[in-house]
Amino acid sequence: MAHFEKANSLNEWLDQRLAVNTLQRVLQTEYWIPKNINFLWAMGMVLAITFGILLVSGIFLLMYYQPNVDTAFDSVNYTIMREVGFGWLWRHVHAVAASVVFLIIYIHMFTGIYYGSYKKGREIIWISGMLLFVAFSAEAFSGYMLPWGQMSYWAGMVITNLFSAGSLELNGVVEWIRGDYVPAQAFLTRFFMLHVLLIPLAILALIGVHFGALRIPHVNNQDGEEFDFDVEAEKYKAGDKKSSKVIAFANDFLSKDMFVVAVYLVFFFYLVFWNYGFAMDPVNFDPADGLKTPAHIYPEWYFLWSYEILRPFSKDIGLIAFAFAQVIFVLLPFLDRSPNAVPARRRGLFFIWFWLMLIDMIALTAMGKLPPEGIYSTIGLVAAVAFILLWIALPIITMFEKKV
Amino acid sequence: MKEFKILAVVVFFSLVTYWLVEPLAHSVLHKHVDSNHFTYADLPALEKTGDVANGKELVMGAGACTGCHSLEVAGISASMDPVTAASSYGVNPPDLSVVGAIYDDKFLAALIKDPASALKVSHKFDPDSGKMHPMTQFYGAGGDMDQEVADMVAYLKSIAPKAEDVTPAVAFENACGRCHSVRYERWTQMGEKPMFKFKKDEYRFDANVLEYQEHLTKYMGKLPPDLSMYYRSRNVHFLETFIEDPQSHMEGTAMPRVGVNAESAEKVIEYLADSADTLRDDRERIGMYVMIFMLVFTVFAYLWKREIWKDLH
Amino acid sequence: MENESRRGFMGKAFGAVSGVGAVASLYAMKRSWDPLPSVAAAGFTTVDLASAEPNALVVEKWRGKPIFILKKTPEMVAAQTEEATARDVIVGGENFLIAIGLCTHLGCIPSYRKDSSDFLCACHGGKFDSSGIDTQLPPPSPLVIPPFKIDGTTVVLGEEGPEYAKMKESGLIA
Repeated sequence: MAHFEKANSLNEWLDQRLAVNTLQRVLQTEYWIPKNINFLWAMGMVLAITFGILLVSGIFLLMYYQPNVDTAFDSVNYTIMREVGFGWLWRHVHAVAASVVFLIIYIHMFTGIYYGSYKKGREIIWISGMLLFVAFSAEAFSGYMLPWGQMSYWAGMVITNLFSAGSLELNGVVEWIRGDYVPAQAFLTRFFMLHVLLIPLAILALIGVHFGALRIPHVNNQDGEEFDFDVEAEKYKAGDKKSSKVIAFANDFLSKDMFVVAVYLVFFFYLVFWNYGFAMDPVNFDPADGLKTPAHIYPEWYFLWSYEILRPFSKDIGLIAFAFAQVIFVLLPFLDRSPNAVPARRRGLFFIWFWLMLIDMIALTAMGKLPPEGIYSTIGLVAAVAFILLWIALPIITMFEKKV
Repeated sequence: MKEFKILAVVVFFSLVTYWLVEPLAHSVLHKHVDSNHFTYADLPALEKTGDVANGKELVMGAGACTGCHSLEVAGISASMDPVTAASSYGVNPPDLSVVGAIYDDKFLAALIKDPASALKVSHKFDPDSGKMHPMTQFYGAGGDMDQEVADMVAYLKSIAPKAEDVTPAVAFENACGRCHSVRYERWTQMGEKPMFKFKKDEYRFDANVLEYQEHLTKYMGKLPPDLSMYYRSRNVHFLETFIEDPQSHMEGTAMPRVGVNAESAEKVIEYLADSADTLRDDRERIGMYVMIFMLVFTVFAYLWKREIWKDLH
Repeated sequence: MENESRRGFMGKAFGAVSGVGAVASLYAMKRSWDPLPSVAAAGFTTVDLASAEPNALVVEKWRGKPIFILKKTPEMVAAQTEEATARDVIVGGENFLIAIGLCTHLGCIPSYRKDSSDFLCACHGGKFDSSGIDTQLPPPSPLVIPPFKIDGTTVVLGEEGPEYAKMKESGLIA
């Protein structure tokens, strides 16, 4: 057994047993972040805070929500919205956060693409991030089932049907996923389980990997500059904070993060109280009815771009294009053949590629919601083909990129 | 400065995306119907001034309105219970005590003269094949028909409360509540569901409602939906224009034009809002507090950041 | 050295035994996700077709899915192709369409248009004719004919009768 001296303070007592001082040093005061960053580097913290908000509001919703096809709708719209003290607040906060979290994820993602933060040792950060995107998508989808409104039911029907894999007609797989011929009680309860337990566990584990993957390659900076973190850290510790290229995670980086978080929360709560319609589709306030399809079925806005890639083609090609869209972002570090890990603006053709990709995805998003007729169909088809072509072009244009 | 430029780019693309998937997409997805502000311009104006006393005689006269309709304020109760009435007429005929306050005058007059066209349900009823609207039209009592109708309307208005005294619940129950239930307000097509002490009484009540709904379903083609969440599943503009003229949104629907005046329509919508968005005032109020707090929080966050970064730049 | 390899071997053997346990429990987990026997067995819907009106769509519910039943008028039968007629279910001398009322694209319920005697899916604009044959993309195949058995003027959905077997044989039902 280890030898313990009598401790003179609570801090010392804890340090002997948990090494809290070492932890604080490693995780905060001597966890080095580049100084040359902008507010986009705070999106990680914004996401962590939003995830926290989702977790807390979710816990309170969980106490009155009933995962039963007969009572789910009323437990949300009557019990939680009318009876539970501040139940309406948790619900609006949860719904808005679930939607806004994707806006921040997309900003975070495109920041990474722009600054080349997925290259040169940062591949695992990117891959774990994309796995988080998949996990958040599954979390959002399973949560969308729970109020058991018309959109819940029909989105559940349409999305689970994708697993029949087109002409392969794997209806058995679809029925296995649903636990029934159609979305019904078994379906609701299992998606409830996924939403409140299994997927959150996966998300927590992935967040651990995502954070861990940052330690060795370090956080990227605004100019893609490579420097020796140890040398800069020594400078900082010696008191030359001004000329050191690094800052400490806490409180230097944290204080800037929290300011960005504060501005974000002003925007967030404005949405929660006055502009929540985009996150709570009116159609989902009609109770689920398996014999009546809503006039228009569309997913939440953050799934629209991949949904639109599915739509303009025949069933099988559409599904292949859809599957392509789901995995292709994960492969970005390997499809980008360029030796440069610098901001896109210094990378010639890649700079154009970046903006084309962004605009194309916004076009896909818009067409995914508009009815698939006339000009919208055509734009959708062009945008979907462009999406695939852009990805095919990526290795080619980056291969010829000169070292900067 | 560079940070503001980046922020401008982020905000720009976020807003463009928002505009595309929300305002633009919804304006394309939904049929656009203009409101006529409950003017009922297709109905003829009332030219004659009504005489209340004569109107009373006509309304109460043998074989006239009170043959089917109750008139509780004048002490005339319904001749049938709601279920029997629904089995005879398809739907329980309304009590006439407050109709003068809820419905538009022109609409009332047109309704008395020709129910099917005033209600815009002529497509459902074909007199030639014997499919008559359950409300018999008024053929006149021998005098000037327009004068007589004006008299009846004047009488109904004289016994009704003032329009501003009609509560949202009364407006809803009269205009919508005999076909639509609102379970979040315990409203059934047969009135408010009481709290029962004994299960058997509750079952009896429920069985009666089910029977009523069966007759109603037969009459309307399908059971009119429960409206508990309609304030949130439809928007206010939709509700307004739909109440004003259901045919404008859904051609051929069995739902009649109910003919409420503008004040009552507003009250009906308020009732629906109370059901579906009950705590909206709390939301607005607490939203203000939260925003004030968040602004203060932001100021302190900024001051802290400035203090720390003083040493770093 | 011998000891070393023995330890290595036992380690692998232990790993293999654990693997067997893990795979066995995966099977249990897979089975737990299967539809319940009561759900799987539920639903043999019997429909009486004697009182059906021509060119008026009847929607029945079978295993949670809508079933379209459409009695065709003689004009409709006369106008349709042989391929379409092969899909008709003949009950009491009358031609019926019996099909699962879910669009074969992504499972929405198409609505019947009396005047043009066809089905239009509101989701993605797919169309089917009065025999359930797809006439406009995106649906890749005709409406699915559910297993049925004719019994006088009634039809039992969920049971495979000789007429259904014949359709299946001729490749009308995938």
